[in-house]
Amino acid sequence: MKEPKQLSVSAIESGTVIDHIPAKTLFKVISILGLDHIDSQITFGTNLESKKLGRKAIIKISGKFFEDNDINRIALVAPEAKLNIIKDYEVVEKKVVEVPDAIVGIAKCMNPKCITNYEKVTTRFKVVSKKNVALKCHYCEKITNQENLQII
Amino acid sequence: MKNRSLVSIDDFTSDEVLKILDLAAEFEKNPVSRLLEGKVIATLFFEPSTRTRLSFESAINRLGGKIVGFSEAGATSLAKGESLHDTIKMVSSYSDLIVMRHPIEGSARYASEIASVPVINAGDGANQHPTQTMLDLYSIRKTQGTLNNLNVFMVGDLKYGRTVHSLMMAMSRWNTTFNFISPEELKMPEEFKIYLENLGLKYYEHLDFTDIISRADIIYMTRVQRERFSDPIEYEKVKNVYVLKNSMLANTKPNMRILHPLPRVNEIHTDVDSNPKAYYFEQALNGVYTRQAILCSLLGIK
Repeated sequence: MKEPKQLSVSAIESGTVIDHIPAKTLFKVISILGLDHIDSQITFGTNLESKKLGRKAIIKISGKFFEDNDINRIALVAPEAKLNIIKDYEVVEKKVVEVPDAIVGIAKCMNPKCITNYEKVTTRFKVVSKKNVALKCHYCEKITNQENLQII
Repeated sequence: MKNRSLVSIDDFTSDEVLKILDLAAEFEKNPVSRLLEGKVIATLFFEPSTRTRLSFESAINRLGGKIVGFSEAGATSLAKGESLHDTIKMVSSYSDLIVMRHPIEGSARYASEIASVPVINAGDGANQHPTQTMLDLYSIRKTQGTLNNLNVFMVGDLKYGRTVHSLMMAMSRWNTTFNFISPEELKMPEEFKIYLENLGLKYYEHLDFTDIISRADIIYMTRVQRERFSDPIEYEKVKNVYVLKNSMLANTKPNMRILHPLPRVNEIHTDVDSNPKAYYFEQALNGVYTRQAILCSLLGIK
């Protein structure tokens, strides 16, 4: 009998596993973290079944560890993401992401009359509420709330 | 304050605001000098604003400064599609300070980040107009002798009124009690009331103010515009409620003064003009002194 072929997303020796990413925001997470520009070995799976999220995605990045500040930037698109830090094939640390105090780039200001929607300006927000995310635009000072949040 | 920009009144601490008001008082005593001699001030008015522009130009001229600029965007390279970014870069190299009015919100903050010289926001859409707030504060302090513990009535359009929002935020630093008088459709937005609650300040909301007018130290009037109402019948019902008439002022406090950012349409009856409690025209004149003070502070001259 033939062995069933198993294509495994192999375990990594050392690096970071980001789990519980909503499947539909996988590529946003990749671009926010700049994973499309780094040399590390990366494997990802998407549309995996998840009780919590319906369909989730997972990313494994070999030999890469993130600063909290960097990883928290994905909180807007993957608020439930969990990180496993791997060393010698073992999980040595687990982390959850946290909405940071400030958001640079990433989000769009919902005010159609804001300068950031007219000229090429990098958006900047102060996070005024983390639970129900509310962002105050550094430029027009208007609030963009969760329902109206658009990721650039 | 040298080389800083003034984009929002919150950019300056209470002490800095008071310093500017003190300096404005000096200019009121002695408005003409050569303090800005040799300085070139750019006045970029991407949308017309006669009052603000003339007030700035008067302030600059009385201090011996020179002005370059334009009073509407139609006649500039913007009509050819130049970005604000490029315009500001260019103008920074032609001038020592930029005064800018622009219809897009946040444009002033953006300009202050690009410019190599200080930027004064002379209004960015519905967002901020800090020199108006500064002259309102000056007028209040001058007429009341203090900014502390006053009872301020704000009347009319409290929903869209940029000047009332900025003034309210600024006055909240001095333990002010607020009375907001407006039609239901134009009430003070929730976010500002939450702001006051967080500071522990008292505010009251009313639909009419004839019964309570005797408590006011300052009555700040604004225009109730027809186009703000979704239902024209609502406008017809309320349009006369928010009109101040001389007969209503009989029982007001002796120190009470009436302010208005102008232009007025009919919300203050002309029979109020000759009442010594009417202060709106002096208020406009105070704008020149406060703008002189702001210009000199940001240029580090005073």
